[in-house]
Amino acid sequence: MRSRDLSSELFKAYPPQARQLAIAQIGLLQQLPESFVPLLLREVIAYDWKFPAERKDLDRQFAYLGSLPPGERQHTLSGFTELRLSSELERFDWVNQPVQYSERLSAYLWTTHQIDAFSKAAADYVRRVDEAQPLEPPPVARLGIVVVGQGVSNSRYPLFRKLRKQGVYFNRVKPDDGLHILLDAVAARAAAHPAPYGHWYIEGGSPVTPSRAGLSAVSYQSLEPVRTALLNKMETAVQSGIGGPEALRTMMAQLRPEDVGLSGASEDAVLNHFQVSVLTEGSGTQIFSTTFVQWAVREALRRAQPLTILARFAPRQRDRPMNELLSGKQQNLILDPEGSLIDADMGAFYTRLNLQRLAGGEKSSFLAWFEDHSEAVAVAPTLPRNTESTGAVDLKDLLGQIT
Amino acid sequence: MLAAQRGRKAIVVTFGGGARDEETFMPDGQENIPHLLTELIPRSTFFAQVVNRGILGHYVATASLATGFYETFNNFAAVPPGHPTVFEYFRKDLKRPATDTWVVAPSNGFNRIGESAQPSYGHGAGVVLPKRLLTSALSSSSAVEYEHLLHDNYETPLYAPEISGNEVELPQLADLLKLSVAGFTAHARNLASPDELSVYVAKELMRQLAPSLLWITLHDMDVAHAGCYSLYIDAIQRTDRLCAEIWKTVEADPEYAAKTTMFILPDFGRDSDLDSAGNGFQHHRTGDALSRTTWMIVMGPGVRENVVVERAVESTDLVPTLGALFGFSPRFAQGKPLAEVT
Repeated sequence: MRSRDLSSELFKAYPPQARQLAIAQIGLLQQLPESFVPLLLREVIAYDWKFPAERKDLDRQFAYLGSLPPGERQHTLSGFTELRLSSELERFDWVNQPVQYSERLSAYLWTTHQIDAFSKAAADYVRRVDEAQPLEPPPVARLGIVVVGQGVSNSRYPLFRKLRKQGVYFNRVKPDDGLHILLDAVAARAAAHPAPYGHWYIEGGSPVTPSRAGLSAVSYQSLEPVRTALLNKMETAVQSGIGGPEALRTMMAQLRPEDVGLSGASEDAVLNHFQVSVLTEGSGTQIFSTTFVQWAVREALRRAQPLTILARFAPRQRDRPMNELLSGKQQNLILDPEGSLIDADMGAFYTRLNLQRLAGGEKSSFLAWFEDHSEAVAVAPTLPRNTESTGAVDLKDLLGQIT
Repeated sequence: MLAAQRGRKAIVVTFGGGARDEETFMPDGQENIPHLLTELIPRSTFFAQVVNRGILGHYVATASLATGFYETFNNFAAVPPGHPTVFEYFRKDLKRPATDTWVVAPSNGFNRIGESAQPSYGHGAGVVLPKRLLTSALSSSSAVEYEHLLHDNYETPLYAPEISGNEVELPQLADLLKLSVAGFTAHARNLASPDELSVYVAKELMRQLAPSLLWITLHDMDVAHAGCYSLYIDAIQRTDRLCAEIWKTVEADPEYAAKTTMFILPDFGRDSDLDSAGNGFQHHRTGDALSRTTWMIVMGPGVRENVVVERAVESTDLVPTLGALFGFSPRFAQGKPLAEVT
């Protein structure tokens, strides 16, 4: 399949808005190299279920590519054009299966020692798009909050070691009513700066309160039937001899919300597709609640680029043999709160890193708190780095210092 | 010279699967490797930059370590390495029997690592997969007692290729090691992880057969793919302890003491926290410098102690270095012998 042979007819299996976009851009797509178009179509085919920020980003790429004179466009994408592809890849139906194509391309690039060249081409492309079409700064500085340590009464683990270097470590935080204070603050920001998928609450256990207006809420506990359905599908696939990990990934990539008990067409379709993607694309998200929260936060930040995110880690189950974990049979389920605290500590650090990667990240604020305990760390442009505060403070005061 | 080479032994331990400097040699990580830092490195030549330019999948990368050639086969396929392994060079050039070289490997995916597809070679090492041995020794009702030892491939739990190749079955191993199946399972009950089981089997091999070339692939830390940092750290600490335990066994065994060179090296690292294409410690998918650059400890008679080699070497240099130590010719290998330890 060559790019120049693309036609409207080929996109008939795409969802409505994706098809509309592909057909509108078909003249441009026909001029792009075969090593690049499938990667763009991988985004286009999911357009109907993308967050507003993702749609804007895709529109930005099309605007940039469309604005370039042909010679300059060729130069911009030369890193992709120079990649050598196999005949198998060239024959692959990358119009209808761009996700599967990407996986095969990745494997091929590794085996032919072209992965570094590909990574450089991708980084150069992103940099050029950003330079030509700068990202808009957020209307208000972003805020990330991570709550760790649920279920841990005492711990000698040195919490927030990595984060302390970036901000102020507080060791006399008053924990009273802490969760509600944080949730109220997030809800207040959602009300003050309404934006679709702009404010998130990601929970590793059961949600603290019923959903609040303006908040996109995701919880590990609420998704239990979905996880069970997914694990059943995986187990069935294994037992039927599906043909190895690549075939399993293909099967997972094709799952829709309605295949695992969620609605795929309602007003929640975008969020439901997101939740399914967290469970099908994230490694370990199906079985460990700490991994679920960390990956869901990473993906929410990367994809939805929210103004506010509150993540709460909960105890995950103890490690068991992978085949048993995947079977979904929860007999003798034992939790590991201490291990989960360590997982969550790293998850908090990664959340901070991912927050910084967004537009305006350098102005973002961040708070991590050891639930029901007196330890917290706060990071903000207005706060000093690598500092300790021994004064008593409650969470409302802390939020006031960083927002 | 030849006489010295004749009595020489070597043990290769892969500190796998996938450890970052961040959790090992960087300041915050040093608490996880006290045995390496205080017991082994002071007695070793330490290569501070070992670069792996190959595919960062555990089986293909370990096979590349064993062939000295960056193999390019599908990491998840049950195929033998495309180039002769160190075990084949060792046996063919030095006319050594099958019992003189062994591989102890973590999971089914490694069962073909002992012998290559090269037609002019093909007689390599016996591969022991302790978890498979344990599984075959257990009745289904008793398997639950050993669940902590039966973890398989963390990256792809589905991957369980057909066993074929030079893998050793339980009755054969029990016979070789003069080990009762009941004794094996009874001992396994007291172990904490699959790597503990591997080291137990390796020590039995040393005690009963005293192979001259022993390759132990540790793999517990690949649990990182599940995304739980605490489990990854636990595994690093355990691997650190097991490495010291193996060296103590060497020193205490007259068959090995004073004639064994031990190599300890990761197969590769894991993704950097700072590369947005990855997810930090969880995977090794970006191919960034951090995931490609690791280290190697070399210790034993004739190896200078407390020496740090800063120059960059490649993971494919291991097999030529073993060739120089033993006196065989790894003619297909891409790397070069490391002059600092040969």
